Amino acid sequence: MDTSSLRLGRRALLASGGALAAVGASLPARARVGTRARIVILGAGAAGLAAAARLSQRLEGAEITLVDSRREHLYQPGFTLVAAGLRRPDYVVGRTADYIPPGVRWIEERAAVIDPDARRVTTASGQLVHYDFLIVATGLELDYAAIEGMDVSRIGRDGLGSVYAGPEAAAATWRAMSEFADRGGVALFGRPSTEMKCAGAPIKYAFLTDDTLRRRGNRGRAELVYNSHNRVLFSVPIVSEKVRMLFRDRAIRVNHEHELAAIDLGAKIATYRTPTGLVPMKYDFINVVPPMRAPEVVRRSPLAWQSGPFAADGWVEVDRATLRHRRYREVFALGDVAGVPKGKTAASVKWQVPVAVDHLVADIAGTTSAEAYNGYTSCPLITRVGRAMLVEFDYDDNLVPSFPGVIAPLEELWVTWMMKEVGLKPTYLAMLRGLA
Amino acid sequence: MKDFDIGTLVAVLRELLGPWLWVSLGVAAVAAVAFLYVVVRDRGVVPSRLVWSEVVAIGGGVAAVLITQRVTHSGFSDLGGPIDWVLLAALFIAGAIGTLIAAYAAFGLMCGGSRRRTVHAATPRADGYAPLARQASPRL
Repeated sequence: MDTSSLRLGRRALLASGGALAAVGASLPARARVGTRARIVILGAGAAGLAAAARLSQRLEGAEITLVDSRREHLYQPGFTLVAAGLRRPDYVVGRTADYIPPGVRWIEERAAVIDPDARRVTTASGQLVHYDFLIVATGLELDYAAIEGMDVSRIGRDGLGSVYAGPEAAAATWRAMSEFADRGGVALFGRPSTEMKCAGAPIKYAFLTDDTLRRRGNRGRAELVYNSHNRVLFSVPIVSEKVRMLFRDRAIRVNHEHELAAIDLGAKIATYRTPTGLVPMKYDFINVVPPMRAPEVVRRSPLAWQSGPFAADGWVEVDRATLRHRRYREVFALGDVAGVPKGKTAASVKWQVPVAVDHLVADIAGTTSAEAYNGYTSCPLITRVGRAMLVEFDYDDNLVPSFPGVIAPLEELWVTWMMKEVGLKPTYLAMLRGLA
Repeated sequence: MKDFDIGTLVAVLRELLGPWLWVSLGVAAVAAVAFLYVVVRDRGVVPSRLVWSEVVAIGGGVAAVLITQRVTHSGFSDLGGPIDWVLLAALFIAGAIGTLIAAYAAFGLMCGGSRRRTVHAATPRADGYAPLARQASPRL
């Protein structure tokens, strides 16, 4: 986003007395807490930037430091639109610097070592950064190497797609999918058995491929197969059942307990790990979703879960309601890297950040916070270009619609598509600034 | 939507439209002020001018719907439930009302101050006969 336009917007907002009065009247009157606390935030993605913005708004005099080497900020919810041929790659690319709040220090390096006992972080260049509070928001790592034969550089060629690998890879995936939609053949979709960001994305892409084929009059020439890693299609049972019915309606075949283990890019053969052994499948197009795990700096730190389902991939051991570390009270984890169920979407970040920030500020103020994160997340589950379902749920698999009685969560609606294509990105950007 | 208020709405609209938010609000404000000026100047609404503005407003409503669909890569076949029809109607109405106000103001300004006479009670004559109110036919 153009910063000059933002500044213009701010000036104009200040100049418009009526709008300002309306805004001022709506914001909760909350005094800023004075402190000299050193707060370090690892990661300048959605969670890190939103946390920095919220902390800047709540604290006076705190020393807030962001540690991240990435100068580009990626709007990841937009990857699907790029991979559907609806947006150019630059639609999802912004500048990290544009979203760093005034007064927040940015160290343009990656964190190399986290030492929570000494309360310090070592950067890649060896710089020591001491903290009183630490927020871990490093995101996650795409583990393409775990798929034998996978080569990220070949995405876009020979029917190989992978929406997650970045803006250019998403665009290359669209090219591969589009070529497939012209020719027909067999297309494979699926997801890994690890925790993953936006678990609805692989399902969306199966629907989008089906839709593209139909629009080109080639659906009859194609066979679509969704390989689920377990016995369901979605972690929320009622949504899983709805997707099952939609897949049946669209003639998308489903295999359960199939996880991609290897791929032969030349021969176009994907090999799946199943309860009965390895199963090879020939394909003409495949959307590869890699296993995902915590970044190495987190996996190798004492912050990772020591046991349980989140231990294997190194997710941070936090309390699911407060996002506070279970062994290091001054540490919080937000976003993808947090070891909580159902917490790897931008919507999760939007709900997690105010909770963790409130607990951190309460610590500084010497009070307590009653804020709790209930696992809320949402997924505009695209079922074709022009329609989507607004699926919102919590830790307990309850559907928690934002507009009950108005927008049905399991209904394919145009209004939901409008939210996805028009409303989601500005809401996301406002979240980065701590305003949504 | 947790904590969704007018401040959030303004923040989201700023991100969506950037400087165009203020341009849009400015255009809307100018149109509204011009509309009020014309109505006050003419001491009421000129019916024939209103009818022509309504004709133009239909086009504005249709344009609002079609532009939205084009921007969102969607079409009428994507309407899936009652809320979709409500949204479609809201878009049409919003586009139509905006266009109506702007068109009426534009017509009124183009007609200048020659359209002073409008719908008002006629003055009774000495014989007690009250003629029908005369109204001007606007030149559009």
